[in-house]
Amino acid sequence: MIGRIKDSFERWEKECVEKHLKKNPERESKFTTVSNQEIKRLYTPVDLDGFDYLNDLGFPGEYPYTRGVQSTMYRGKIWTMRQFAGFGTAEDTNKRYKYLLSHGTTGLSVAFHMPTLMGVDSDSPRARGEVGKCGVAIDSLADMEILFDGIPLDKVTTSMTINGPASILLCMYMAVAEKQGVSWDKIGGTIQNDILKEYIAQKSWLFPPEPSLRIITDIFAFCSKHVPRWNTISISGYHIREAGSSALQELAFTLKDGLTYVEAGIKAGLDVDEFAPRLSFFFNAHNDFFEEIAKYRAARRIWAREMRETFKAKDPRSWMLRFHTQTAGCTLTAQQPLNNIVRVAIQALAAVMGGTQSLHTNSMDETLALPTELAVTVALRTQQIIAEESGVVNTIDPLGGSYFVEKLTNEMEKGAYDYFKKIDDLGGMVKAIEHGYPQREIMDHAYWFQQAVDKGEKTIVGVNKYVMQEEIPIPLLKIDDEVEKKQIARTKEVRNTRDKKAWEHSLRELKKAAASKDNLIPYIYQAVKSYATIGEIVDTLKEVFGEYKEPAMF
Amino acid sequence: MQKIRILMAKPGLDGHDRGVKIVSRALRDAGFEVIYTGLHQTPEEVVNIALQEDVDAIGMSVLSGAHNYLFTRVLELLKEKGAEDIILFGGGIIPDEDIAFLKSKGVSELFTPGTPLETVVDWAKKTIKPKV
Repeated sequence: MIGRIKDSFERWEKECVEKHLKKNPERESKFTTVSNQEIKRLYTPVDLDGFDYLNDLGFPGEYPYTRGVQSTMYRGKIWTMRQFAGFGTAEDTNKRYKYLLSHGTTGLSVAFHMPTLMGVDSDSPRARGEVGKCGVAIDSLADMEILFDGIPLDKVTTSMTINGPASILLCMYMAVAEKQGVSWDKIGGTIQNDILKEYIAQKSWLFPPEPSLRIITDIFAFCSKHVPRWNTISISGYHIREAGSSALQELAFTLKDGLTYVEAGIKAGLDVDEFAPRLSFFFNAHNDFFEEIAKYRAARRIWAREMRETFKAKDPRSWMLRFHTQTAGCTLTAQQPLNNIVRVAIQALAAVMGGTQSLHTNSMDETLALPTELAVTVALRTQQIIAEESGVVNTIDPLGGSYFVEKLTNEMEKGAYDYFKKIDDLGGMVKAIEHGYPQREIMDHAYWFQQAVDKGEKTIVGVNKYVMQEEIPIPLLKIDDEVEKKQIARTKEVRNTRDKKAWEHSLRELKKAAASKDNLIPYIYQAVKSYATIGEIVDTLKEVFGEYKEPAMF
Repeated sequence: MQKIRILMAKPGLDGHDRGVKIVSRALRDAGFEVIYTGLHQTPEEVVNIALQEDVDAIGMSVLSGAHNYLFTRVLELLKEKGAEDIILFGGGIIPDEDIAFLKSKGVSELFTPGTPLETVVDWAKKTIKPKV
């Protein structure tokens, strides 16, 4: 059968294509994806020689989950529309959350300002100029109580983009739940908690890798017993891609990070099925439509295989790769910003066709400032139009079986394993990071892409093609400098009014625990409850764990 | 002839370093001597490195919204140290009205997303001269 198709294909190329090409050459000598992968003119069953439907794809909700992790996918439940938001003080962001919830968003996602991400308090000199600027300012439990005021934590799920200080923010969330009378087994959400990709790409780290991994496995152990619905980690390719990686690098480095966390959990004495079901992923949705879809499908298949075959997980929930997607911020342009609405729609569609569990669509104005309410609404409506007007949700994995998409999926899988091997040869992911290997791979790709754009080999509409002189001004959100003063005042008040004895005691105990092998989470919880600030908790831990410094290279 | 030295810096807490690294490479490839500070520098640290390394210009990348504070603080410190002949330029997510404000304070040039590398390199060749 394949032989006959192959013969026919060669005949077609000779008789039909070559003749046509003589008079009508193609537009490019080589067609490539945005990641510089070559794409052929046509894909046929010849490209899928050896393809085995049951082994390679199977059925949705069943191993190896290539077609999706749920048996009915969006016919049962639409993905969670989860818009990342946070700015100014906790009061400002609380208002935005209530606005989003009243307009149909179905989950919250907290953006913290830089000082919180870096474990620095708003009243530290290192926080000058940063307070409330690119996220909400959270210094202590007092801020967190305001952030979720009037939002029932047993009714919404919350994702928190927080890594180094993830354990602290999780404890604050648990404390707010307790105050609302919601027991920990009723709260659901995600902390990003993915420190490896911080060293690789986003660069918001606190401690060196080893103690960082210990905190992460402490969270795995604690949550599996006490906060069972919490996704303890969101292993993230998003930032790797934003730092300039290719689609394949995003896939490979993210999954390798994930496998490293699994190894760490097992090494810490946990049973793989105790924590693996709560691992979740976070991918980017970039411009190259089919490449992105292949990336998601390959990710599910690789993860399932590795979890079942390599780590011998028995619980099917351990095999399932569930993921959140965000459209690619780095593809948005400051020029002709309304065009960004269209880019986001295409990217979001790829995420949906790739079977995402939740989705954030970027706002058109994000290369200029934090999004306005209007821009956020259009972004949310984009998801609603895909879900309720386009019809793509009516069947599962609509591109499954496409010769092109299946071939791309196979190539993604093979490419990822090639990277796994290179990383293993360097001694594993932590060693590879210390060598700067993934960082350099990403940087090389980012530089290639920028040069391709500058040479006009890759088009960015409105930037290197179809450039306009007159641009439509759009309204921008501005963060008032008053925010910094207000926040500093509140944190000072917290320091002055808390129970000094309980506060001192909790930090002393925390330091002792850090030096021991005890699970740290109960100690962090006590510190949070005594209104210790994030900066105080992080500094206490740094006394034991030290700090991480990366080699400055470019 | 002596090479022109540029300090590329990431002040503040922001870790988004794709831009600063790409521009650093482009300037290096164009023949400048480029020193990169690494991440999470305070304005004081940036200015100290600039003086120690005796650079002709400082390029700062800020994507976190803290640009107004960080650029004006570095200008202040340069003035305090009598090093106003060091040219300060930069890039990042910076709205037009803030660009106007920062230029009025003495920032030489600010580049925003979508700027071709060639534009930055051409500007640097034209503007940055070795200090006398």
